[in-house]
Amino acid sequence: MRYAMAIDTKKCVGCADCVVACQTENNVPIGHCRDWIVENTAGTYPQLELEIRSERCNHCENSPCVRCCPTGASHYAEGGIVLVTGDDCIGCGACIASCPYDARYPHPEGYVDKCTFCDHRVKDGQKPACVDVCPTHCMYFGDLDDPNSEVSNILKKRKYKRLIPEAGTDPQLYFLI
Amino acid sequence: MRSNRRDFIKISSMGIGGAAVAAPAFNWAHGAIKADNKKPGSEYKRTSTYCEICFWKCAGWVYSNEEGHIWKIEGNADDPHCNGRLCPRGTGGVGMYNDTDRLKTPLIRKTKNGKQVFEEATWEEALDVVAENLKKIAREHGPECVALFTHGSGGKFFGDLLKATGSTNITAPSFAQCRGPRETAFLATYGEIIASPEFTDIRDTKCLVLIGSHLGENMHNGQVQEMSEAIDKGATIITVDPRYSTAASKSKHWLPIKPATDLALLLAWINVLITEEWYDKDYVERYTYGFDQLKSHVQSFTPEWAYGITTLAPEVIRETAKEMANASPAVIVHPGRHVTWYGDDTQRLRAVAILNALLGSWGRKGGFYSPEKKSLPSYPHPEFPKPKRTWRDAHPGKYNLALEVVSNDICDSTIPSPDRACNFKGWIVNGTNLISTLPDLNKTLEAIQNLEFMVVIDTMPMEITGYADVVLPECTYLERYDYCRTDQHREPNIALRMPAVEPKYNTKPSWWMVKKLASKMGLDEFFPWKDIEELLDWQLKQVGSSLEEMKHLGVKKFPREYDDLYFFKDQEVEFNTNTGKIELYSTDLASEGFDPMPVYTKHEEPPPGFYRLNYGRSPAHTFSRTANNPNLTDLVDENVLWVNPQVAKDWSLKNGQSIWLENQDGIKSKFSIKVRITERIRFDSVYMVHGFGHSDKKLSRAYGKGVSDSELITKVLLDPVMGGTGMRGNFVTFKLENPNEEEVVS
Repeated sequence: MRYAMAIDTKKCVGCADCVVACQTENNVPIGHCRDWIVENTAGTYPQLELEIRSERCNHCENSPCVRCCPTGASHYAEGGIVLVTGDDCIGCGACIASCPYDARYPHPEGYVDKCTFCDHRVKDGQKPACVDVCPTHCMYFGDLDDPNSEVSNILKKRKYKRLIPEAGTDPQLYFLI
Repeated sequence: MRSNRRDFIKISSMGIGGAAVAAPAFNWAHGAIKADNKKPGSEYKRTSTYCEICFWKCAGWVYSNEEGHIWKIEGNADDPHCNGRLCPRGTGGVGMYNDTDRLKTPLIRKTKNGKQVFEEATWEEALDVVAENLKKIAREHGPECVALFTHGSGGKFFGDLLKATGSTNITAPSFAQCRGPRETAFLATYGEIIASPEFTDIRDTKCLVLIGSHLGENMHNGQVQEMSEAIDKGATIITVDPRYSTAASKSKHWLPIKPATDLALLLAWINVLITEEWYDKDYVERYTYGFDQLKSHVQSFTPEWAYGITTLAPEVIRETAKEMANASPAVIVHPGRHVTWYGDDTQRLRAVAILNALLGSWGRKGGFYSPEKKSLPSYPHPEFPKPKRTWRDAHPGKYNLALEVVSNDICDSTIPSPDRACNFKGWIVNGTNLISTLPDLNKTLEAIQNLEFMVVIDTMPMEITGYADVVLPECTYLERYDYCRTDQHREPNIALRMPAVEPKYNTKPSWWMVKKLASKMGLDEFFPWKDIEELLDWQLKQVGSSLEEMKHLGVKKFPREYDDLYFFKDQEVEFNTNTGKIELYSTDLASEGFDPMPVYTKHEEPPPGFYRLNYGRSPAHTFSRTANNPNLTDLVDENVLWVNPQVAKDWSLKNGQSIWLENQDGIKSKFSIKVRITERIRFDSVYMVHGFGHSDKKLSRAYGKGVSDSELITKVLLDPVMGGTGMRGNFVTFKLENPNEEEVVS
């Protein structure tokens, strides 16, 4: 099993609904977020292009955050989901520094927090809150090892890119372009 | 402002309100999930609601526990408005409930030691003052001298109260400050208004044309979802906008038009369709009136003519017309929503309506479908008294084609004039911050100064509350019942809003306030129900449902009365116009003395050193009403000024630099705004999101954040057809230093 997410930049309007849904679903304190929006504009008026991406933890196959965690709080869970066990986290921040995607933040309660792919929902057969709320249906989630999963199917059909592949982390967020 | 009978009062200066400011915005103790992902306990129940954050009114489920903690709000999967997916504002609606800056208890204006203050009051005291004043105005001037401004579900109950007194002057700024020109134009053309949600068949369209309408930035949920579906299906999107909007970035064709020239482009498109014979001939012959007049009318409006006006190349105009014709009839030239721009807006929207008729899209799949709604009957009550006068009597003969009450006209008719029998003396304001909603603030304030009485019902201390004689704190939509939602859609449906939690503080729902007021005013007979549960249950039972059933369903769909969403082949259709046809030539406009077919007129251009002030929406906010919502300010807490890089260079502006703005009338912004240098805006205009720059310190997160576009909109381009207030004829220049003499205090 290998959970992954594909995000269609052609459909995303950058409304940040994914951010709010994640915050309420997971009680992320106001002022912090586990997912966020990036907008890149290229060109000069009126020859322009705009790419909008909903970003979060890449749940890397080769995660520097797991490798550098001194207590084992950061770990791989089922399906390759990268998680932090709050009770084991000492808040040293090494993982925050090691993440090329800046996906982690220090929770005010003293541990490091990040996207969990909503594993509590996934276990129940639901999709992550961000995927389920998106008004543009721009996100696809599922098991890459299952050739018939929604995410496998969309990656067969569409061109995609991954972010900072040169970091060698083997990220599992696929941006459809 | 001159010396006031009614001074602006900061609600923060009193009692409970002030003390609570330091409290945390959110209580994390309840149901908090740590990173080890314990699920919140099963103590969370779900109750039905429909969202009040915007007019789209998506139905959803509120997850709350007995301690009054709301965990989350999710869309109702059966709801055609949202298909189970709320937008960021609906998802963040919980912030409205948790906002500690909320109005907390009734307030009455009193004069103490020569100073006007708000005094906290009990509900009985506050409602007594309201009842007495409304009765006094009715006795001395007539009940029709009271008007209601409303933009909220609770306003419907106040509307009933007003009607029971004998006034029908119920107005929503959503008409003359927003979608009014569209409704008047489509009524004149098709005999039908567009209403809400728009019955555009976007999910099945092959070509979507957006004229300054930025879907995706305005989160009109169902439409954004359908636009995304259309993108998936390979639809062509054509966006006309001087700004490279989000929608423009999703478009095959972005037409970066010179601002204020849209009508020239629309006429040129009409010209091309007719000249090239790309229009739907059978449809036009069968259903329309006035084609020959239209043909000769647009003869000179060639793409070459439009080029000099719009700066859009003739071949682009022809190519995009061809795209529309190729997709016909599955094409939508979108009527838009906020369309009060330049004062000739009804005529511009008439051109949009005509274009759709030529393309045969009305009543066709992928064009405009035929919506239906399930109306709920009114609870039986005696007939409302017939008003002796209406708002129209203030200006006889004006705005005959306005199909709703014109808010700005009520405002005008509140300022005394010797040639008028009826000046408005009392305002009830429910859920609309008129300070930000109506343009020309000084006129609004002058009208308010001439009122004998104003009561404001709101959940938040919006600026308008500071001018009220009585402030009634409404509980939020998450804490109350309202009338069921019965809006139109493909399938008729109704949605229930019920309280998920008890009202916080000393707040009450509008239905409760109105029932009490009716009693105090001797109008009980018009409100014969015991409470709202009895009212709703009775209504629902008339359509074969019940309150109990709706609590389980949230949304109930009903079968359509008429089979088809679209016209069938060769169907004979009688349109509700004077000619029974789609009127390309409008007999209504002609008989009122207006151009029966749209004519382009040149609009004023910014003087040197000034830029046209364009404004729009953020997907995270609704008007000015969400500007203090803790969840939504976490996303966007201020607006920024989009400036073209060349303009920034001319002014040596840096990205993120704070500047002030001054408009063509010398009006300066109270606060500063940060510059966003971007290629996405034309050199002759600037852009900001509406609804920021709040001046009431009680809005602790919104105060002083960004600039209010409303305060800079002092020049109003009135639409003579329906009274709309065109707001895009204002120009601003930059002030690099604070031009305000002293610190602005609210």
